Amino acid sequence: MKLKLKYFGKLAETAGLQEEYKELESADTLAELKRIVFEEYKFDDSETIQVAVNQQLDENKTLKEGDEIAFLPPFAGG
Amino acid sequence: MDKKKPKKVFVEGAIPPEKIAKSIANHQSKTNIGAHSIFLGQIRADEVDAKIVQAIEYSAYEEMAEQVFHEIRESAFSKFDITCAHIYHSMGRVNAGEICLFVFTSSAHRKIAIEACNFFVEEIKAKAPIFGKELFEDDSHQWKVNK
Repeated sequence: MKLKLKYFGKLAETAGLQEEYKELESADTLAELKRIVFEEYKFDDSETIQVAVNQQLDENKTLKEGDEIAFLPPFAGG
Repeated sequence: MDKKKPKKVFVEGAIPPEKIAKSIANHQSKTNIGAHSIFLGQIRADEVDAKIVQAIEYSAYEEMAEQVFHEIRESAFSKFDITCAHIYHSMGRVNAGEICLFVFTSSAHRKIAIEACNFFVEEIKAKAPIFGKELFEDDSHQWKVNK
């Protein structure tokens, strides 16, 4: 399945890009995707990173073709 | 009812004081209101390792932020008996001393307006996917994290 990945703030800076598409096995879970991405871009403060699937913070979501996965560093609004 | 209207929250650059004055003026015809509460977030020139923050450059996951703002509004209107509520947040560069967040709640009575305003500010800080790059005078930067 093809997924759209988005990176924000510090993570976009570390990864050197704001978005990309990734092809994954359909059995792969969000946990597996996180493992791949964190390793590829050396995101070292993984415990502070939140992941949104189609704009929802739900780590237990099952991934499907066309999903948009966003990697979010700590929020800093206001 | 302006409760249901979709609102544009993000403003490019600093929020001008004139916008705040105009918002207040716009409520003079709503005579069922007895109290407004306003919160203004201002960029602080923090000192980090002997360097001074000159500005913050904001970015956001806008599609998600719009949804979050909508949910915060829905929840505020169900929790508090407010007449109306307005929120504006900056995108892009905002210099130290300028306004980056404007929350404006109105109610018949002060306590509700104040509590609702506080609710909005805390919810926005905790839940809105907004990111801030603190820019220093020597062109270096660090990423802001809400406490």
